[in-house]
Amino acid sequence: MPFERLRIVLVDDQVARRGDLERALVEAGYEVAARLSSGGDLRARVAELSPDLLIVDLQSPDRDVLEDMQRMHQEQPRPMVMFVDESDSQSIQTAVRAGVSAYVVGGLPARRIRPIVEVAIARFEQFQSLRTELAETRERLDQRKLIDRAKGILMSKRGVSEDEAYRLLRKTAMDRKARLVEVARNVIELAELL
Amino acid sequence: MNAARIRIGFVPLTDAAPIAVAAERGFFARHGVAVELSREPSWATVRDKLAANALDAAHMLAPMPLAATVGVGPFQQPLVTALSLGLGGNAITVSRALFSELARLAPAAPGNALEAACGLARLAALRGARGAPELRFGTVFPVSMHSYLLRHWLAAGGLAREDAVRIRVVPPPRMVAALEAGELDGFCVGEPWSSVAVQRGSGVLLATGHDLWNHAPEKVLGVRLDWAEHEPEPHRALLRALLEAGAWCDAPEHRSELAALLAEPRYVGAPRETLEASLRVPGFHLFARYAASFPWRSHAAWILCQMLRFGQLEKALDVRRVAGDVYRADLHREAARELGLARPRDDEKVEGVHSTPWRAPGRPEDVELGPDLYFDGGHFDAKHAIAWLAGVAAPELRVPLDELAAAQGRLA
Repeated sequence: MPFERLRIVLVDDQVARRGDLERALVEAGYEVAARLSSGGDLRARVAELSPDLLIVDLQSPDRDVLEDMQRMHQEQPRPMVMFVDESDSQSIQTAVRAGVSAYVVGGLPARRIRPIVEVAIARFEQFQSLRTELAETRERLDQRKLIDRAKGILMSKRGVSEDEAYRLLRKTAMDRKARLVEVARNVIELAELL
Repeated sequence: MNAARIRIGFVPLTDAAPIAVAAERGFFARHGVAVELSREPSWATVRDKLAANALDAAHMLAPMPLAATVGVGPFQQPLVTALSLGLGGNAITVSRALFSELARLAPAAPGNALEAACGLARLAALRGARGAPELRFGTVFPVSMHSYLLRHWLAAGGLAREDAVRIRVVPPPRMVAALEAGELDGFCVGEPWSSVAVQRGSGVLLATGHDLWNHAPEKVLGVRLDWAEHEPEPHRALLRALLEAGAWCDAPEHRSELAALLAEPRYVGAPRETLEASLRVPGFHLFARYAASFPWRSHAAWILCQMLRFGQLEKALDVRRVAGDVYRADLHREAARELGLARPRDDEKVEGVHSTPWRAPGRPEDVELGPDLYFDGGHFDAKHAIAWLAGVAAPELRVPLDELAAAQGRLA
């Protein structure tokens, strides 16, 4: 995503500090879509605004809620960056190095915010693509298992060889313009009925 | 003794009591530990600060050190625990509307957690059939006993799939408001929030955590593995102080004073009466009795099995070995021995088989343990963790059972 169109939502209860960070973000070329306080309908508001990135006060009582949203596929996970006070900065700097979380420290000049935001997004995208890849591998594996089971059923019910069973499944799929795995699923369901 | 202050994080809840008491009643000082307490607003913040070396030790949900160690969550960082901060204290509460609907459908549901779970599954099916919105339950964190007890209970009735019921994280202080606003149909949360819903008449308590699993694990003291390795003496001193503080908390004559201490804004900051009411319920909060502070490997193994069962853990692992690597019974015993306290001999027990208090072999003498029944009559043997997984409904299981079986080692 080109960074000039990157939309950010800030979650911070401290209004004055939030203003400083917002100015720094705008100066760095980002669009701040909304500034939200913790409480009530935060979850719904974030879902509705659908930002590219969330910047959240480390001390926000809603941190666990926002992290929970990241877990949910149906809620479209967003990368999240923590925002901490300068007083906390020393202890938290190790967090960034340790890969714990991305942190923005209050009072940072605009030029130093960009790299943090970019790293957070890159890391998040890498994580998401790993998740997607894993889900796809799993689905392929599940499909192969279904096809194997359907082959087994055909072999025992119709006394055919494994190759013949496979050809039978494939021919049925082609004749009906259906996916092989759907035919396999039908065979299994039918066998369970009978 | 190391002069450096040990930084301890806690979340403002009743079961942070041993930490508050150790600081306020001189137990840390007696063991030569200088501490700096830090009140934290969320579990994610506690976890991040501990992992980032901004804290040395922390009050954590029992599954959190396991989750961080195996990489369930945003990062992987080996954590260990040698001390449980208490057993039990949760409850499942539902809205008055859901309760009426449930009681009509399953008259045996009130007072019977299994009947209630089955009734709820029928109710969910009926709702689905008429296109009504799905049920929504609140929990406190994705890796928490609240989530696992709730999901274990839902699954027992037939609601095992993640999408069968919408489970969402809601900060505990907002749970009751969310129930009253109709955003939730129920929740599983620690005290005093179920009591508050019941007192206000907006919720009905359906099952306590104790009903679901007697004396279930709840919170632990988590530390980084490298800290435990490099600072063994400060760690043991911390454990000794907290063991003594836990025994202090358990004494009935201290409960009133404890409620007053926790009510202070720098600790829980909730009304004293509310805190005291739940502390006065016999057996609801246990800090020392029944070896409540012992980090049972079987508790850890059960938790890892839930992570596998509900699809949070996506790779095969040796359940008992990881459980024992994170839940450090050995370190606990050293600290207990230094105090001359009796401690269990074994690292694990079969869960779900004791309906009354029983004596487990211990040193220097046997240890009295509490009942450990599950509401569904099941039992859990860490030695046969994968067989347990094979026997429960686990539609979200991501790791093939044969792969898991092959990963199990041969611990004695």
